Amino acid sequence: METDKLLLYTGVMALVTYLIRMLPLALIRKKIESPLIRSFLYYVPYAVLAAMILPDILYATRSFWSAAAALAVGAGLALRGQKLIVVAIFACLTVFVAELLLGIKL
Amino acid sequence: MNHRTTNHKKDFFQGLQDGIPVGLGYLSVSFSFGVMAVNMGLPVWSAVLISLSNVTSAGQFAGIGLMAAGAPLVEMVLTQLVINIRYSLMSMSLSQKADKTLTSLHRFLVAFMITDEIFALASQREGQVSRYYMYGVGLIPVASWTLGTFLGAAAGGLMPEALRSALNVALYAMFIAIILPPARHSRPVMLVVLLAGAGSCFMRYAPVVSRLSSGFAMILCAVAAAFVAAMRYPVEEVEHGDR
Repeated sequence: METDKLLLYTGVMALVTYLIRMLPLALIRKKIESPLIRSFLYYVPYAVLAAMILPDILYATRSFWSAAAALAVGAGLALRGQKLIVVAIFACLTVFVAELLLGIKL
Repeated sequence: MNHRTTNHKKDFFQGLQDGIPVGLGYLSVSFSFGVMAVNMGLPVWSAVLISLSNVTSAGQFAGIGLMAAGAPLVEMVLTQLVINIRYSLMSMSLSQKADKTLTSLHRFLVAFMITDEIFALASQREGQVSRYYMYGVGLIPVASWTLGTFLGAAAGGLMPEALRSALNVALYAMFIAIILPPARHSRPVMLVVLLAGAGSCFMRYAPVVSRLSSGFAMILCAVAAAFVAAMRYPVEEVEHGDR
């Protein structure tokens, strides 16, 4: 593909993505007063992240089962209030070990 | 609430530190992106430029597909819009968390780094976030997103599969670590998490709705779950809880 075409596509992609991110942050300068919207925005992070984890995490690794094991281990640790880094490391280790046990090659 | 210089530094370094695990997770995902971009016939520099200028996963994967297919620009615009519209929800949420140090100029700059993970980290901060924290937290992930793409594009296939598979789960594990501890102490938050998770699975597996793009489906679930909770449990009482 020619260079200018690559640049054009890349520029369009980047611009659209940037505007989506920038406009609300730049335009909403005041504290929103409406209790309903405030409540809504309070819950948004949890809702967005939960919808992003499920069911995608189950397909993030080379086997459904290694991913499911990581989900269980991660959720268990998080529910016990473990730190982010601990949860992340143990979830990764779980995948690694599970895939060894399942006999998936390195 | 005025931060002093020491607080600025502290915010920045706290951000840097928080960004390290995200950076590690990004290395593996962007590595895959680099490999895929080159496989689709893009030059290495172009893959790196896409990562540096977009800093988004799903949008980029879809984007290079369209580029390789020579799709019209309109299709590129619409695809990015649908896949990435979730960022506007995050950006809106961040606008309520931004403190005074986030002046217009800095909002323009910081907005560039709003990814799922960086948003997640910013939202779990107690109280408001400063621009110092935002720059700190964005720096390592954006750098490693770009670096990983370069490594994948230039030297794809050198990273063992088992390692990539294990690292791929890291970002999801982070999300889990962010949403579940507060959910333990707050019924409304737990409700939101369960509703959104269940809704998202429904959208993936149920007939008809599973044909919606994943970005759009995610927005629908998140908006619905947050809205239900907002109606049932208005936030006054939880406002000072751990956020």
